Amino acid sequence: MARAVDEVHDVLQDGEQALRLLRLMLLIRRFEERAEEQYTRARIGGYLHLAIGEEAANVGSIDCLGPDDYLFTSYRDHAAALAVGSSPAAVMAELFGKVTGVARGYGGSMHLLDVDRRFLGGWGIVGGHLPIAVGAALALDYRDVAGAVLCQFGDGATNIGAFHEALNLAAVWSLPIVFQVINNLYGMGTSVEQSSAEPELYKRACAYRMHGERVDGNDLLAVREAAGRLLTRAREESRPALLETTTYRFRGHSVADAGKAYRTAEELASWRERDPIARYAGLLREHDLLDDGQLESMRKEVADEVSEAIREAAAAPAPDLGGLYENVYGDERWREQFERMDTAAPFGERMETRSWQS
Amino acid sequence: MAELTYREALRRALDEELERDDRVFLMGEEIGRFEGSYKVTAGLWAKYGPKRVRETPISEEGFVGAGIGAAMLGLRPVVEIMTINFILVAQDMVVNHAAKIRYMFGGKVGVPMVIRTPGGAGAQLTAQHSQSLEVWFAHVPGLKVVAPSNPADAYGLLKSAIRDDDPVLFVENLVLYNVTGSVPEPEEDFTLPLGRAHVAREGTDLTIVAHSYTVRRALAVADRLAQSGFEAEVVDLRTLRPLDVDTVVESVRKTNRVLIAEEGWATYGVGAELAARIGRACFDDLDAPPERVAGAEVPMPYAKPLELAALALEDKVEAAARSLLAECGLVGSA
Ligand SMILES: Cc1ncc(C[n+]2csc(CCOP(=O)(O)OP(=O)(O)O)c2C)c(N)n1
Ligand SMILES: [Mg+2]
Repeated sequence: MARAVDEVHDVLQDGEQALRLLRLMLLIRRFEERAEEQYTRARIGGYLHLAIGEEAANVGSIDCLGPDDYLFTSYRDHAAALAVGSSPAAVMAELFGKVTGVARGYGGSMHLLDVDRRFLGGWGIVGGHLPIAVGAALALDYRDVAGAVLCQFGDGATNIGAFHEALNLAAVWSLPIVFQVINNLYGMGTSVEQSSAEPELYKRACAYRMHGERVDGNDLLAVREAAGRLLTRAREESRPALLETTTYRFRGHSVADAGKAYRTAEELASWRERDPIARYAGLLREHDLLDDGQLESMRKEVADEVSEAIREAAAAPAPDLGGLYENVYGDERWREQFERMDTAAPFGERMETRSWQS
Repeated sequence: MAELTYREALRRALDEELERDDRVFLMGEEIGRFEGSYKVTAGLWAKYGPKRVRETPISEEGFVGAGIGAAMLGLRPVVEIMTINFILVAQDMVVNHAAKIRYMFGGKVGVPMVIRTPGGAGAQLTAQHSQSLEVWFAHVPGLKVVAPSNPADAYGLLKSAIRDDDPVLFVENLVLYNVTGSVPEPEEDFTLPLGRAHVAREGTDLTIVAHSYTVRRALAVADRLAQSGFEAEVVDLRTLRPLDVDTVVESVRKTNRVLIAEEGWATYGVGAELAARIGRACFDDLDAPPERVAGAEVPMPYAKPLELAALALEDKVEAAARSLLAECGLVGSA
């Protein structure tokens, strides 16, 4: 506990650091709001899962990542990308399907990544990335690198087989990984109480003799303290942990879901009162680290940054059609042969003379 | 007859079968209070309650397996997998278990279970959510695979699938859910037999074979070809396994030309299977080898122009049809 207090004070004693974290959460909030709006203007297609309300759970843990650490997350991944420091313009461009996007427009909203910042993806199959993150931890262990893996996923993912296999593997192999369950109380419309026999999800770690704990995911500094401590432990002692961060999504599951059929207006309102950003801003005010003017100018700054990201994304070109068959495999020398497996086969391009005709 | 969407037709079939047979129950993610991710089961949880409309956690392998076990005891589970992409998590249950049970246990026990799931692409859902994997299942002895292309077929085939004594993979299509068509009234107890293809449009110059959403594309292409003086016959397979080869062969014997169109990847696909069979059965009837048209052999890209280029849309089907006709010396009027 003593350590927790120290860590908390750590941030609160460093005004610049404290404001940086606030700014990051504001940036994410603004980015998500504008992405939602751009979706309604049909500049973004497919699914769009927003993390509005979950900023502290994301920023608190991701801010603890060091230079040798890796990050994995689910399809609700915009916040993660911005928190690792990916450029908002490149993230927005990916949402717009532009070639300047983080995955060159091939992946879209659910499949962001930033290899340089060791962010290995947004993943679309619930629970699918957990074993993969275990593999990343295995590689760190194998190479004797003092890094760790942070693997984020939703509460719903704790009920899929891959979750259990991944935790067991990480435990029996004693790997440096922190599993962060971002418990926003619902899958799509199914509550944790309905879907999980043990709704205190961190307790599932017991089954693997793994350390598990729960923190208030809307308390930025609490998340940061716990994640920092568990990541350090993973790096130094190569031990896995399960960290549950409880939070709430203010929007529906995706933009296609109004988020009203399965939860009450009162419930939403009560969580709005616990808005992680307002709460952290309040704390900074109490410590005289923030005043209204600063908050306003910070809001304006991030709003401008996101507007600029949208402008750049809108102006960028779509990927070239010639690239349709690129990167199906790593070695481009195979490309021609695979292209010829297209339906105009066996002897290539339609309308040309086929060998059987001559 | 009533004008219903594909979604409503499916719902009506489920409703009637739930009403008719108390061994029938539904199981799946978000199918209750949330009314289904694509709203197929809307209203059924309210009407039948949680015993008959069972909501599950995100545990596909678990609840598909539970469906198999319940079916072995004589219940008739209708399991919804939110989209076909997620069935891969339960593949072991479907292929290694459901498909094997009757045969492996000497016919002593069966699995009267339906798995309903939509496949398809076209809404920028990207690589992990845009697949047409039905041929994987059509490959497996012990499974039946149904893929209706319109509301009436969806209605009649789903009722038959639920009444069938073996595991049926019932493949819907995301883009078809809002498509409307006339559907018989409940009093008629209308069903369609599994394993029978249907000539959706008659023609003399070319046969286009398709299933699911691609049937609509084939029909649209047939209309375009008609404007150039060609009459295409469109065969809707309705069921991929068992495959109604007779209806296809009969059509090809008449038209002498065949194009097989599918939304998924062609390699080892429906077209590959049919081309082999047609090649043998219609060798002397064919004016050109069977032709295939399908999705580009890439994981589905996100960006809209790339996605459009990857899909087997009308233009691509039409080009393949015209190319085949041209190969046979038939160049239509403008
Ligand atoms: C294996 C699998 N099954 C179903 C889905 C469809 N699906 C996407 S997100 C989701 C809910 C996940 O909830 P949770 O894990 O709590 O994450 P959250 O969306 O709340 O962040 C479901 C059922 C999927 N993507 N993968
Ligand atoms: Mg959740």
